[in-house]
Amino acid sequence: MRLLEYKGKEILAKYGVSVPKGIVISSVSDIDKSNLKYPVFVKAQVPFAGRAKMGLVKRASNKDEAKQIASEYLGKVIQDFEVKKVLLEEGVDVAKEYYVSVTIDRSSRTFIILASPEGGVDIEEIARTSPEKIYRARIHPFEGLRDYTVNAINKFMGFTGDLASKFASLLRIMYNVFDTYDAELVEINPLALTRDGNFVALDVKIMIDDNALYRHGDISVEEEGDLTREELEARKYGFHYVELPGYVGVVGNGAGLTMATMDLVKEFKGEPADFLDVGGGASRDIVKAALTLLLKDERIKGIVLNIFGGITRGDEVAYGVVEAFKEIGASKPLAIRLKGTNEEEGRRILAPLGVKIYETAEEAIGELMKNLQGGGR
Amino acid sequence: MILVDQNTRVLVQGITGSEGSRHTLYMLQYGTKVVAGVTPGRGGQQVHGVPVYDSVEDALRKHPEINTSIIFVPARFASDAVYEAVDNGIRLVVIITEHIPIHDAIRFVNYAKYKGTVIIGPNCPGVVSPTVSKVGILPNSVYVKKGPVGIISRSGTLTYEISYHLTQAGFGQSTVVGIGGDPIIGTDMVEAALMYENDPETKYLVVIGEIGGDQEERLANLVREGKVTKPIVAFIAGRTAPPGKRLGHAGAIISMGVGTYEGKVKALESVGIKVAKTPLEVVKLVRELSK
Repeated sequence: MRLLEYKGKEILAKYGVSVPKGIVISSVSDIDKSNLKYPVFVKAQVPFAGRAKMGLVKRASNKDEAKQIASEYLGKVIQDFEVKKVLLEEGVDVAKEYYVSVTIDRSSRTFIILASPEGGVDIEEIARTSPEKIYRARIHPFEGLRDYTVNAINKFMGFTGDLASKFASLLRIMYNVFDTYDAELVEINPLALTRDGNFVALDVKIMIDDNALYRHGDISVEEEGDLTREELEARKYGFHYVELPGYVGVVGNGAGLTMATMDLVKEFKGEPADFLDVGGGASRDIVKAALTLLLKDERIKGIVLNIFGGITRGDEVAYGVVEAFKEIGASKPLAIRLKGTNEEEGRRILAPLGVKIYETAEEAIGELMKNLQGGGR
Repeated sequence: MILVDQNTRVLVQGITGSEGSRHTLYMLQYGTKVVAGVTPGRGGQQVHGVPVYDSVEDALRKHPEINTSIIFVPARFASDAVYEAVDNGIRLVVIITEHIPIHDAIRFVNYAKYKGTVIIGPNCPGVVSPTVSKVGILPNSVYVKKGPVGIISRSGTLTYEISYHLTQAGFGQSTVVGIGGDPIIGTDMVEAALMYENDPETKYLVVIGEIGGDQEERLANLVREGKVTKPIVAFIAGRTAPPGKRLGHAGAIISMGVGTYEGKVKALESVGIKVAKTPLEVVKLVRELSK
């Protein structure tokens, strides 16, 4: 889960990293209680890159302006993400901007620090245009961050004397936070070097491993995380759901199969509207909740349900479908592919609905797309 | 076949849990030699006729023939179970458990490597050498035919689907390895491919990848260097996945520009690997290879 900027800054600041002076607010009246020096930057707390371009970071030269911008942000829904917090920050006197992060290197199965004197642009951009400007220091989990590694990074970045020791302590804090919080990424970009010779974290991105959240009770998924409204809803039922921009609803069992189903929709010239994996051994309640979510979604014109049963049972899936239809009604075309464990039983249960059951996902999606295109699309 | 064969003797860690117990039964029905189970505090019980012990050490004392462990222990306690298996010298550990924190996995995977234990998973369906032995949760009904195809997969259900179609078309499998969908896994695609390289029964490889990470790209490099020589058919799931969004598997995410569908297909095709557009097309491409 990606933490919102303010939460990432709060954590780093707690461990001793300098961040711009600021306050986080959830209602406009909070601004009255602050004693910030204007002008300030008003930043909507959304988990997307390129906020400035989206008009979600603006400069306010006085309190009234700040209030007006904040009220425009609060409660706004952007890509189904609801803005609940706004960060107000004083400006920083920047001499130069850098990039630094700690993350996981999947192929070597180690941790890795990435540092670059080219801050402010995203790391993908640096990697593409000038890969030689990124230093990569692998850190073995049994060793931790050693002095020789810190020295090598300092040398690459061109820091000496006082700056080198300040940067060394910053790296140690970042690594410590990465380790303590089960992070997948701790990134400061840009990291500002101020005219008076200090490092200040201007923007922070921390990603915490979802599977380790139970060890971090101080983090609130609802308040500080990156989930959209529908993803928060799906979380309650225990299935994996990701919203996509298309119009064909996709449900499958197993992540790989569900992804492959999305791809098939595209292959048949449709656009998937979601990724929804009911998981292994899904109960009728989960299937019902999944279908209900998609049946209610107005963007979705038709749904494909692709089940290859191993531990997942065809009869349970079928009961889930029947119950969803009973509640919501058969408001849109549904193509079902049901194969594997208790397939016959599932077919029998579904028969009264008059929905066709297909042998392969290809057939199911092919028919669904024909139906949708025939239906005036 | 690789990893699992007629000499495999299995210990089930977490045998008294609902998943552990059910899959012990399915493995026994498949013909796997499941000789013992472990659940701390449950020593002396039996699960489907398999004796349960309090610790791996106890189990090994009574059953020194154990050479493989399968772990169903819940995520919060799974790491400890892995260390216990490794410290007791078990050579192959298959971790079915999903949702193990990545910082834990990165440590035990490195530890196992130093100790010389092969880890499959976490978050994987396991390994099956059809008609011989199964250490995993893959459906028995699908794996009924021995044959020349070795499968390496990052997925579960999608593997069953492709195996099913291959078997229907007459192509049995030597071994099917579900390597797992997490970002950090004990045995990756490249390491599994090198195992198949030395297996005379395996004539073709089917690789089922997905977006995220660079395993497929590294496999392509290995083919280029001539270290993997068997003909390969690949399928990559996630062509329509948006960058930065995690799709079910923790490892299925495009981050920092690495792990895109296009990048993988390009890397694989550049060394002559055929990439199927749909799961069914895999069968067609294997048939072409076999001619």
